[in-house]
Amino acid sequence: MHELSDIYEYLRWRKRFPTVWCRGCGIGSIMGAIIRAVKDLEISKDDIAFVAGIGCSGRMPVYLDFNTLHSTHGRALTFATGIKMQRPDLTTIVVSGDGDGLAIGGNHFIHAARRNIDITLVLINNAIYGMTGGQVAPTTPTGARAHTMPYGNLEEPFDAVQLALAAGASFVARSTVYSIVQTTNYLKKAFSHKGFAVVEIISQCPTQFGRLNNMSDPRQMLLRQKEQAVSLAAAKGMKEEDLEGKIITGIFRQLEREEYAATYRGYVKDLQAEMEG
Amino acid sequence: MTLNRKTPEGYPMAFIQGNEACVYGAIHAGCNFFAGYPITPSTEIAEGMARDLPLVGGTFMQMEDEIASIGAIIGASAAGGVAMTATSGPGFSLMQENIGYAYMTQIPLVIVNVQRSGPSTGLPTSLGQGDIMQARWGTHGDYTAVVLAASTVQECYNITIRAFQLAERFSTPVIVLFDELVGHMREKVVLKESSNKQPVQRKFPEVPPEWYFPYKEPLDMVAHPAPFGGGFRYNMTGLVHDKSGFPTALPHEVVHRLDTLKNKIMMHCQEIWEWNEYHTKDAKYLIVAFGSAARAARGAVETMRNTRIKAGLIALKTIWPFPYRVLANMAREAKTKMVFVVENNMGQLIHPVREALPHTIAVNTISRYDGHCLDPYEIVHKIKEEIYA
Repeated sequence: MHELSDIYEYLRWRKRFPTVWCRGCGIGSIMGAIIRAVKDLEISKDDIAFVAGIGCSGRMPVYLDFNTLHSTHGRALTFATGIKMQRPDLTTIVVSGDGDGLAIGGNHFIHAARRNIDITLVLINNAIYGMTGGQVAPTTPTGARAHTMPYGNLEEPFDAVQLALAAGASFVARSTVYSIVQTTNYLKKAFSHKGFAVVEIISQCPTQFGRLNNMSDPRQMLLRQKEQAVSLAAAKGMKEEDLEGKIITGIFRQLEREEYAATYRGYVKDLQAEMEG
Repeated sequence: MTLNRKTPEGYPMAFIQGNEACVYGAIHAGCNFFAGYPITPSTEIAEGMARDLPLVGGTFMQMEDEIASIGAIIGASAAGGVAMTATSGPGFSLMQENIGYAYMTQIPLVIVNVQRSGPSTGLPTSLGQGDIMQARWGTHGDYTAVVLAASTVQECYNITIRAFQLAERFSTPVIVLFDELVGHMREKVVLKESSNKQPVQRKFPEVPPEWYFPYKEPLDMVAHPAPFGGGFRYNMTGLVHDKSGFPTALPHEVVHRLDTLKNKIMMHCQEIWEWNEYHTKDAKYLIVAFGSAARAARGAVETMRNTRIKAGLIALKTIWPFPYRVLANMAREAKTKMVFVVENNMGQLIHPVREALPHTIAVNTISRYDGHCLDPYEIVHKIKEEIYA
């Protein structure tokens, strides 16, 4: 169990609440989960580099008392790559939205996964562009309405987990804001994992997605997450048509693979030894 | 590559390309992080860094594109690295948004742009000098850029080192403009800083962390945000921010932030300005040029002096902030009648030159933009046409 004072310890004292997020938004819960995971792992605040992109999730660095960097749209992973390569000892966490991480930053997403660099990507998926006012995202379900697809989305959404698995991420998990304890546990595993870790968290945006799709009550959206969530073990025994519209949660991959920053340090050491010898 | 040949003074010397000289300059300046993406005609810089950086314990990364490259060097610099990248026109265009981020967050960086002819893919293996305005105004919004240019291989070496020093001094991105000709040309270079005892290093603040404000400027207006991971936790953002690094929209804080970005450079112009001059003392006809165009212009000046035409040349090594005062004083003291701006584009440098000079002085442009270098005789011919018109 966590006391409130545990949470306060990780919040910036100069930055007071309320946050910029709308009522019923899932990002606050996810910020809480991140804090609890860091607290449980006892990582020093000085040793965390926390990078975010642009969007609703991009405002998280302001509140968290780490070395925080609020980067440009979609490029959070590239900034984090630089930080990790320069300071491999820092625990590097990236928070990205679905638009930030999968649309404009899609290229960096697959390449960071391919390199297997020791960064944890917390991918907050609310299926819409929230901050700019409810435009269609690469994760918006087909048929769902958004301001730039007012008569229903025609495109197929991305499956971030499958994308991460295919690109070579060595830790891949998915959870929902509704099951926040599970989310916290996955985050803990991801932060302590050596290699590129992706935790996709299905979140809710009642203000934009909800209002446009007749779900403006955040409780309704959270309960929908509960109904849609199917654990990985349960999903294995289910037929494909039954899984239509479901969210499969769980740890999809957790394996030890050569981590890039450490491999590079080894390569430099070997080269230098060779030059001297 | 080992440097076996030495000058009589004991400095290593080499016969190398401008791009290779840039690699040596960077390593000797203390660079320890390079991220880049292959692009002609700058590729030799990335290749040289891939070869040399690991040997000095630095990090080389080939990223997935130029946007990722500049992102990675900003991250590395934020974490305490001495970082650079090298590219050419199309890559430089891709980098612009993040270059703006580095201006706003005051991150020291060195960005080398080996110019090709543009726009778009243009002439990838030919010379161009059309990026000087982009280097100054490329990213959106108001800021002040530091842009240097090299016209010889020796200058490629020296200016790269200087770029790292200026970047750290003013905590800002510094853009170094080569052109294809300078980058690929081979000349003798003396590598004077090869045993550099004072490489560029990132500074940590001297105050305790609880008193620390990353963007609180000292008297010289240059704030040096602390590298990450040293106990000074703060927020770095591309949003307009206050002295703690938190986003702000208060008018007086916004004005202060933008003024600082400008003034920290403009206050120290004289430290940044550098130029070479030939026969400028009595130059009735003054040529202004930079990069490879300055080489042809120098030939033209010597030819004209042989025929007793009082020509002179100022070859700019600092393009931005533009040395308005230097040029104005030079023209006044020499009683210059006509100024010729020689450049490998359709006329870009001519604009600040016109701004710098009183309108009693005629300013003409001599430009060539077919991907080939200017010919001294072509310059002489065009100047004579104007003089005897």
